[in-house]
Amino acid sequence: MRHIISILLENEAGALSRVAGLFSARGYNIETLTVAPTEDLSLSRLTIVTSGSDEVIEQITKQLNKLIDVIKVVDLSEAAHIERELMLIKVRATGKDREEVKRLADIFRGRIIDVTELTYVIELTGSGSKLDAFIQSIEADLILETVRTGVSGIGRGDRILKV
Amino acid sequence: MITGAEIVIRCLQEEKVEFVFGYPGGAVLHIYDALFKQDKVKHVLVRHEQAAVHAADGLARSTHKVGVALVTSGPGATNAVTGIATAYMDSIPLVIITGQVPTHYIGQDAFQECDTVGITRPCVKHNFLVKDVNDIAITMKKAFYIANSGRPGPVVVDIPKDITAAICKFDYPKDIQMRSYTPVVKGHLGQIKKAVKLLLGAKRPMIYTGGGVILSNAAEQLTTLTRRLGFPITNTLMGLGAYPATDPQFLGMPGMHGTFEANMAMQNCDVLLAIGARFDDRVIGNPENFALQPHKIIHVDIDPSSISKRVRVDVPIVGNVPDVLEDMLKLIEAESSKTEIADWWKEIEGWRSKLCMKYTMKDVIMPQYVIEKLYEITGGNAIITSDVGQHQMWAAQYYKFDKPRRWLNSGGLGTMGVGLPYAMGAALANPGMQVACVTGEGSIQMCIQELSTAKQFRLPIKIINLNNRYLGMVRQWQEMFYGSRYAESYMDSLPDFVKLAEAYGHVGIRIERPEDVEGALKKAFVDHKDDLVFLDILTDREANVFPMVAAGKGLSEMILAEDL
Ligand SMILES: Cc1ncc(C[n+]2csc(CCOP(=O)(O)OP(=O)(O)O)c2C)c(N)n1
Ligand SMILES: [Mg+2]
Repeated sequence: MRHIISILLENEAGALSRVAGLFSARGYNIETLTVAPTEDLSLSRLTIVTSGSDEVIEQITKQLNKLIDVIKVVDLSEAAHIERELMLIKVRATGKDREEVKRLADIFRGRIIDVTELTYVIELTGSGSKLDAFIQSIEADLILETVRTGVSGIGRGDRILKV
Repeated sequence: MITGAEIVIRCLQEEKVEFVFGYPGGAVLHIYDALFKQDKVKHVLVRHEQAAVHAADGLARSTHKVGVALVTSGPGATNAVTGIATAYMDSIPLVIITGQVPTHYIGQDAFQECDTVGITRPCVKHNFLVKDVNDIAITMKKAFYIANSGRPGPVVVDIPKDITAAICKFDYPKDIQMRSYTPVVKGHLGQIKKAVKLLLGAKRPMIYTGGGVILSNAAEQLTTLTRRLGFPITNTLMGLGAYPATDPQFLGMPGMHGTFEANMAMQNCDVLLAIGARFDDRVIGNPENFALQPHKIIHVDIDPSSISKRVRVDVPIVGNVPDVLEDMLKLIEAESSKTEIADWWKEIEGWRSKLCMKYTMKDVIMPQYVIEKLYEITGGNAIITSDVGQHQMWAAQYYKFDKPRRWLNSGGLGTMGVGLPYAMGAALANPGMQVACVTGEGSIQMCIQELSTAKQFRLPIKIINLNNRYLGMVRQWQEMFYGSRYAESYMDSLPDFVKLAEAYGHVGIRIERPEDVEGALKKAFVDHKDDLVFLDILTDREANVFPMVAAGKGLSEMILAEDL
């Protein structure tokens, strides 16, 4: 099962490598990982998308909590939450493809943010699976480059992760 | 205003550190200079940094104090890594201070630079790189606090040389709060109630305890609780001494080389109370084949990640072991009923009557016999350290530990070479106590240079070298599982250990006949009470450790000596 794990940790040098190191040392997989400071600059918020059986996810949460720099850990996917990921994708846009790509971008509510005679750069946000779907729907050989931020997530309503 | 180096030493004084085990070098010269100018903290100069950490670890294991080691940057730090990983696997509280190249050199491949924080990250409870002299005191405070609270462990403090030269005011924090680290103490009362109910209703109960009981100083509470309940109990390799081994309720050690009765009771119980133990593969074997009967498991541990890691637990209790046991006891005392388990004991006595630990005497010295004599002559009161191999298992099986912190060995990492440095740490921290290191001719050579340290500090350690001229544990596996192909499991050209001991200024005695064992031990412990004595005991070359559960098998599939 896919899980989105949110972590609040001390914004200290090395804190990120402790988390990443834990995953590799114990053989847990990381699909995506994002990290940035929060409004309180002494804190970082880290989101990891991982997958595993219930037992594995339980161990991941416990092992994360054990890290000294980690303040709180939440499995967002346990309850209502929102997930978003940003993708920048550069595609070849010539001839009839130019129109087609634009139409697709519109359907997915993407924005074209860079235009040349030969290429578009499209900005797209959404859940990981929406970004996947967009990539699927564009002809593979038109795609020149993709860059994705990895998933960020937040609980709905009064589910708040704070110190 | 004092220097960073002086601050480091002042912090150690504030923490009442008596001994620092270390080895100097460029990056820690300022710290050594500060050490020189005071006499509260004593420095023990080892001969290899690995031994510095092991010795600090031996001190910690034998006392419940935090062990402290001090090494230089680069090779000093990398030499320390084996010691750090060893302590980490057994949750031993240590603070290791490592020198680092000056801050403005970091990242430039400077002389004796290595990424100490990066290299040690996976084998420490936590580590720090101090980048400002103003942070030294608070960092040291945190290091000691983290090392010795919650589930203990080693903490590395990496200090660049320029930071130890810089100056600032010294102010040692009285106590410390960390929002990201708040270890629990009390167990959840509801869970404890559930556990007590299960225990009192059990027909075939079993208590299984590990290193956590020793580390948290809960032997007394455990003994009271076990006696009150009248249940059988087993202590793991790391937990020996938590419950008196000479008591009839004690079934011996469980696991790969545990007793038949302990393993069978583990497999057939209906309620298992696990305390400060982690269902390690050497203890329960293959989890798929663990526990044959329908059963409930209660697990008390300070570390939630140890619970339900290898075996599903029914009643988890996260908390400090002595606190939880006291709460349990209170609830049990309030109950008038006593569980009736006479039938269960009858079954256990049946398993016990197999006498799985018996061995046959021969013309050559049997290693088991040496341990039995060692037990007799030390009155069961010595601190016994061991290395890793067959000798370690025989020491664990045949020396009956009645008290905690008397048995020091590397259970988790299984590090050959710990025995002598452990004995050094234990001897320094427990003056007047008998300290013996049970080792093998392979293991002792991994830190043999420490004979020199032991001479310098006049440590009257007795080295019991069970010399089978084989890397015996490896040979045993090759005999049993590799068609007796003894690939590289023996050494040609062993040193003359008697002469070697003498060369270092110690007493060396070689023993080759069973009838000489007792006399030699007496000579070592009585006549040469104040000397380090190296007893090189030539034992039966091909003796094997039994009983045995092969790796990957279940505890019920024991091989007893007589099966062969
Ligand atoms: C540092 C290290 N290297 C290798 C091993 C693997 N190993 C485990 S037991 C053993 C043999 C130990 O031989 P010895 O010290 O003579 O003890 P014996 O088994 O003969 O009693 C070896 C090589 C280990 N545990 N530690
Ligand atoms: Mg040997």
